Amino acid sequence: MKPAPFTYHDPRTVEEAVGLLASLDNARVLAGGQSLMPMMNFRYAQPDHLIDLNRIAAMSGISVDKGAIAFGAMTRQREIEFSPQVSEVCPILQAALVHVGHRQTRNRGTIGGSLCHFDPSAELVNCVCVHDGAVLKARSKRGERTLTMSDFAVGYMTHGLAPDEILCSISLPLWSPRHGYAYVEVARRRGDFAIAGVAALIETEGRGGAIKRASLSVAGVCQTPVRPRAAEAALLGERPSQELFEAAASAGEFPEALSDAYVSADYRRHVAQVLIRRALSAAAEKAEERWADA
Amino acid sequence: MPDRRRISVLVNGAGYEREVETRLTLADFLRHDLRLTGTHVGCEHGVCGACTVLLDGLSVRSCLMLAVQADGCSIETVEGLAPAPDQLNLLQQAFMKRHALQCGFCTPGMLMTLTEYLRAEPNPTEEGVREALSGNICRCTGYQAIVAAALDAAAALREQGGAREELAK
Amino acid sequence: MNAWFGASVQRKEDPALLCGKGRYADDIHLPGMLQAAFVRSPFPHARIRNIDVSAAKALAGVHAVLTYRDLPERLQEPIEMLQPNPSILQVFMPHVLPKDEVCYAGEALAIVVAENRYIAEDAAALVEVDYEPLPSVSDCLKGLEPGAPLAQARANSNILAKMSLQSGDIERAFRNAPHVYRERLHLHRGGAFFMECRGLVADWNPVSALLTVHVGTQSPHRLHRVLIDLLQCHDSQVRVVTPDIGGGFGPRGQVYHEYLAVCAASILLERPVKWIEDRRENFLATNQERDQYWDMEIAVDEEARILGLRGRLVHDTGAYLPKGVVLPWIAGATVPGPYVLPAYKLDIVVAMTNKISVSPVRGAGRPQGVVVMERMMDLVAAKRGLDRAEVRRRNLIRPEQMPYAVGITFRDGRPVVYDSGDYPACQARALQAADYAGFAERRERARRDGRYIGIGISNSVEATGLGPYEGATVRVNTNGKIAVYVGASSQGQSHKTTFAQIAADHFGVDYRDVVVIGGDTATISQGHGTFGARMAVTAGSSVHVAAAQVASQIKSIAAEMLEVPETELELRNGRVQVKQVPGTSGVPRNIEGVGLSLREVAVRSIGMSGFAMRPGSKPGLESTAYFTPDKSTYANGTHVVEVEVDVETGQVRILRFVVVHDCGRLINPMIVHGQIVGGVAHAVGNALLERMVYDADGQPLSTNFGEYMLPLASDVPHVNVSHLETPSPLNPLGVKGVGEGGTITGIAAIISAVEDALSPFGIRIRETPISPQRIVELIKEARQSAHKSV
Repeated sequence: MKPAPFTYHDPRTVEEAVGLLASLDNARVLAGGQSLMPMMNFRYAQPDHLIDLNRIAAMSGISVDKGAIAFGAMTRQREIEFSPQVSEVCPILQAALVHVGHRQTRNRGTIGGSLCHFDPSAELVNCVCVHDGAVLKARSKRGERTLTMSDFAVGYMTHGLAPDEILCSISLPLWSPRHGYAYVEVARRRGDFAIAGVAALIETEGRGGAIKRASLSVAGVCQTPVRPRAAEAALLGERPSQELFEAAASAGEFPEALSDAYVSADYRRHVAQVLIRRALSAAAEKAEERWADA
Repeated sequence: MPDRRRISVLVNGAGYEREVETRLTLADFLRHDLRLTGTHVGCEHGVCGACTVLLDGLSVRSCLMLAVQADGCSIETVEGLAPAPDQLNLLQQAFMKRHALQCGFCTPGMLMTLTEYLRAEPNPTEEGVREALSGNICRCTGYQAIVAAALDAAAALREQGGAREELAK
Repeated sequence: MNAWFGASVQRKEDPALLCGKGRYADDIHLPGMLQAAFVRSPFPHARIRNIDVSAAKALAGVHAVLTYRDLPERLQEPIEMLQPNPSILQVFMPHVLPKDEVCYAGEALAIVVAENRYIAEDAAALVEVDYEPLPSVSDCLKGLEPGAPLAQARANSNILAKMSLQSGDIERAFRNAPHVYRERLHLHRGGAFFMECRGLVADWNPVSALLTVHVGTQSPHRLHRVLIDLLQCHDSQVRVVTPDIGGGFGPRGQVYHEYLAVCAASILLERPVKWIEDRRENFLATNQERDQYWDMEIAVDEEARILGLRGRLVHDTGAYLPKGVVLPWIAGATVPGPYVLPAYKLDIVVAMTNKISVSPVRGAGRPQGVVVMERMMDLVAAKRGLDRAEVRRRNLIRPEQMPYAVGITFRDGRPVVYDSGDYPACQARALQAADYAGFAERRERARRDGRYIGIGISNSVEATGLGPYEGATVRVNTNGKIAVYVGASSQGQSHKTTFAQIAADHFGVDYRDVVVIGGDTATISQGHGTFGARMAVTAGSSVHVAAAQVASQIKSIAAEMLEVPETELELRNGRVQVKQVPGTSGVPRNIEGVGLSLREVAVRSIGMSGFAMRPGSKPGLESTAYFTPDKSTYANGTHVVEVEVDVETGQVRILRFVVVHDCGRLINPMIVHGQIVGGVAHAVGNALLERMVYDADGQPLSTNFGEYMLPLASDVPHVNVSHLETPSPLNPLGVKGVGEGGTITGIAAIISAVEDALSPFGIRIRETPISPQRIVELIKEARQSAHKSV
């Protein structure tokens, strides 16, 4: 299990990186390496050129500005996990990150790498999906391009970047300071790929108040994360209750659920519904807690 | 023509300069080029944790990094833990006392993961230790003794106050 | 004098391993050493039409690419099957490199030797093999159906062996039984997945015509035996020596064809050649175990006492038969366990499939036997409406029945006779430690919170300390240092510590002053290996016997040198000296404590060049003992496990795990504890996580640690272990084996607990492992059938 030969490039700027990507044949971009490196060790991936982004300092960092939080694509998962800024304005990311691999992989893994690998069960991808209005910026020699998640989510492990583009940043619009959030998932063991994972964000009218905004995204069940719109709609204007969440969960249907040698489509669907209910319940509780703290 | 590069790294405080093929993993570089064979290779796909080393203080899977990526970095491996050739540090002592190793193959990774963890977390709980260790597989011990050793080491480090530098290089 | 035996002393192995100074196979660097990689079949079954190695050979840095045709004639024969038995109908064993057929996906068919592993893998990808895919067998039951494809083209059927185990009058037992219950169980295969993959360095030295093989094997002498046969050389021309080994658990004890191919490459190239298996190869080509189907029926009386048990076991041996009928035999012989079983009959079929061969994995058939019996006990309890512990209690063999003859023959050729143990006490203690009596209340409380908890019990009796022997040489060198040589190697079992403890007591020295060297065929002529929880019993007893002989030799020589009677001497602090107990002898007080160092005695013992030996004396302070146990000694244990099942997602969490174990006297309680807890972790994997998935053609789908799930620190519970110590009467130390008990007993208890947690749904679990998905499916099925029956 040793990588096949390749030529290694470690550009210092994005310009340099997109220049290389435009000019080299069979080139792959290396971010944190926690998915591509195993694939190369197994020789499932055999690029002729490897363009390592790890030395481009400008590609990492977290900033909050104009109602959005932005991440350089090379921002390490660890940095997000321990960032006080993230904790304050976008805590769902931290709730999700405890499920992402293990300490050692989060120390290297990046948010952009996770998005571009686009595993259907990936927690960070799901967190981006749950944010309506998320913006992804990509660069190529041809210039900069802005993508929405619907532009980006092309299919199973397939993103919408052009072959000469590099994802540079991800920006998520902020929810109100007292929004409730939850990330729940079922995986066989800690750190494993989720069989199903649910990201939930809600805003209520205040303590004990009705739900005025709700967003759900379900990972692991279908080829890409799915927004159960019917479930979201069922919540609006209603006061949080177990019955409501139960009803919302049953509104979540996943006709396209994946089936493989390990997990059946039925089980994925079933777990997704259970988790929608649990995620809503936890998110509502969190919202209540945050109103109480206020 | 293989793609080669000259790199320099600091390993356990000692500088090394070598020319390496760019596809060489950091784990193989440490083991075969520097002959620091204490870092073990157990799966080469980033799951077992046996190859865990600290890169600029943070735990990483050395099978998922290329040696060239470590150019200019400071690396800590199991060989650097003992304060002197015939001594063990508090964590190593706790492992010995608790019988936290049997075949010893996963041990270097366990020690490096816990070194990072205990530097940051002086008051760990059993659950916290189990979570921290969940990226390191042991097939011999059932983990119980490793968890006990980690908690013992944390207590010993607390007791010795400033001696937490023992884990802090 | 027992200063060290029985003490939880720290391990001698640890300081080096904790500092990264262990030396495992891949840590060995020899001058001129080359590295190997194998070309492996992508098909579960195929004929090899042609292998074109030209492109691979042409790659820079490649030294050789060898196939069957490149091997010397004597290496073109299949490997010998070392455990023949009359019940075997056909034998298939691998070749060093296959001649014209590959029988599992991953079977190695060519070896590439290059400057380093990276280049070797580059070249392996360039070898072009022309395969003719053949129909294949994945599931062993399907392979027995009429018209099924043959797993080996030369076979006349997929059945390789048939045998029966029988005791009592089974027909009568069932004819008159008031209650008979049936069950079909499928126990799934898994693997050892030791953390260090297999590997070796073969070093042929053409000058001295000596082949040194550094290999992490459990059985160096077994490999030595095969090599001197294949190479037709003198025994001293092959030395198999084990470095540190990163776990064994059974599969590491086998003689793999890759090892022989690497040796052949070293001989042909006259260079040291290293092969380190990578994890993908480990999934494809290291032996696995446990796939078995059991169809059983149990007859009980009105009191739920067993009258008889009978059925059929189909054992999947994979593509070859390296272990003959050993595994299903052990499984069948383990079934009776601690229970009085008046009549028993098991028909065993050993079936071949196109999957990697089966050889023992921690427990070696015993976990299956225990799961089967304990599932039947739970079934009886459920059907009779009785408490599960009570059903077991009624059937347990009582201590006054010891020694207890089960009535069947074990694989060691001896009748199964339990030598000692108090099974009712063991179960009672475990129930108490787990607060079994308080469980009903805990369950009720949990149910009020909407939680489903369950408790499970399992008992086992385990044949340990298998023969024929494992020897030890104990020697006091002329520099006074004490060395113990044993044949088998350690893969974490702590031989360097425990055997030193045994020897140290005889010499009155610190155990740290005894050097233990294991697993080197150059140091001891015979050996069988570390397996079957046998080393403490066999090698431990040999160390004890040999050390006692050397100690007595020391006294005899010292008595002559000091001119005092032997009975006045003692070994203490590394010296032989006059006993320091005043008044107990006629020795004048002024010579008390007078003595000699072991060095002085050792030097005297070898004689002086050119001078005659003392009449009747034997040169050197040295003794070799081969303790040959007459039969297995039986350890036993009870596990009680409490779990919580999330009935919505099927996830299982273990809340409590109690083990009461009896392995006779404990050499080092700390180490015994570690063996048991480690075994329990393996049981957690087998019960809940570890599944080696194959497709319908036998293509393995679980080939990495993401797909095949080993238990993590967050999956294994804290295990509460306590001991009964019923000394074995069958060996001088009173010990029984302990390495496998945690696994053997644990699986059944976990399954039982999960089933109990699901008792409101009336579910039976008939398979291992049990996954969350399967639990949800079972609940759904139960609900549907309840709905139908309303």
